[in-house]
Amino acid sequence: MSFDVDVTRRLGGAQVGAAFEAGEGLTVLFGPSGVGKTSTLNMIAGLLRPDWGHVRVDGETLFDAAQRIDVPVEHRRIGYVFQEPRLFPHKRVRANLRYGSHAAGEGFAFDEVIAFLGIESLLDRWPRTLSGGEARRVAIGRALLANPRFLLLDEPLSSLDHSRREEIMRAIEHIRDVLRLPVLMVTHDPEEAERLGTRVVRL
Amino acid sequence: MTLTPAEWQIVGLSLKIGLVAIIATLPLAFALAFVLARGRFPGKIVLDALVHLPLVLPPVVTGWLLLLAFAPAGPIGALVQDWFGATVLFRWTGAAIAAGVMALPLMVRAMRLSIEAVDRRLESAAQTLGAGRARVFATITLPLSIPGVLAGCVLGFARSIGEFGATITFVSNVPGQTRTLPLAIYSALQLPDGDAEVLRLALVSVALSLGALIVSELLARRSERGMHVI
Repeated sequence: MSFDVDVTRRLGGAQVGAAFEAGEGLTVLFGPSGVGKTSTLNMIAGLLRPDWGHVRVDGETLFDAAQRIDVPVEHRRIGYVFQEPRLFPHKRVRANLRYGSHAAGEGFAFDEVIAFLGIESLLDRWPRTLSGGEARRVAIGRALLANPRFLLLDEPLSSLDHSRREEIMRAIEHIRDVLRLPVLMVTHDPEEAERLGTRVVRL
Repeated sequence: MTLTPAEWQIVGLSLKIGLVAIIATLPLAFALAFVLARGRFPGKIVLDALVHLPLVLPPVVTGWLLLLAFAPAGPIGALVQDWFGATVLFRWTGAAIAAGVMALPLMVRAMRLSIEAVDRRLESAAQTLGAGRARVFATITLPLSIPGVLAGCVLGFARSIGEFGATITFVSNVPGQTRTLPLAIYSALQLPDGDAEVLRLALVSVALSLGALIVSELLARRSERGMHVI
């Protein structure tokens, strides 16, 4: 698995984007607020169209401005855990988790994913009844169950207390070491970058 | 207080016209609401104004315009004559058309607000999970805007039941065909001994309108709760 990302877009008056190559393991995109880390993830996922550049994953071009290639979001098979969980409020946790498996094909087993995330007991709950940490674990599970080629994590540890952070960190380590799914993670926290990152890209 | 059989017939006719008007208008109203909520195109402001026109135009003018359009020689009336061999003039179907046109702005307004309130971030989350446009619409956008759609229908229904000016201009005041509650009240007011009938029909009108407003408000509140996104 390899990433070759080089994207730029003008947003407001500023130029945002990033250029890096990365491989297996967990790649941290590290930098202060406002340098366009989230915009970069959105451009990789296809939610934001770069003005210029390319996104290649394992040699497959997902976006290339020069060649006019722009694979639609829903065909990119990129798991994306947003900074806010974005669980569907009108569906229970189980239906949220299964939403992506509709089109996904064989991926991680449902039981395995809910077991390592520790969310078995939440399946029949409504998203509005979940705590912040629970909602985030469900969001990670939902992205994993859509059978992604790799995972984008946007500040997955922000606004959580110490023990909730520890839970999520262990889940991310499990994804990195046991599921061996490549991850691109955005953070502004050097400690997180140090602990979780196989490599760190500074923006 | 009990209604006479003739009054029951008037209430039944009003309900039938209101229901048919709303069911027939619903697809158009939703499509317009969606386009106005999400679309970006030149002339949007004009479309918006046209949709709202029946709300501010004197109903008598709306009725007269409908009459021009649906008269046997009119642009739509000729088509209806060709296809169905019938006219909507002086018929309950015409009353339903008038009611639907007058209800349209209220329906579009309520539906548009609820579509605008759907969090677009949920739609992009669904896309990253592999859902194409149609599936995002069917599983996220539509279910989240349903309470507003229903509220719009209830409001439109109440408006239909109360429709007077456009109806009497367009399809006249024909007992059993176009004499709905307001028209019947108007007719009874012309009679020297119609006071009791006016009172009974007016009470039915108040009850129907009040009920519809309460249901619509409850639906709108429910929709706000449902939108709570974490």
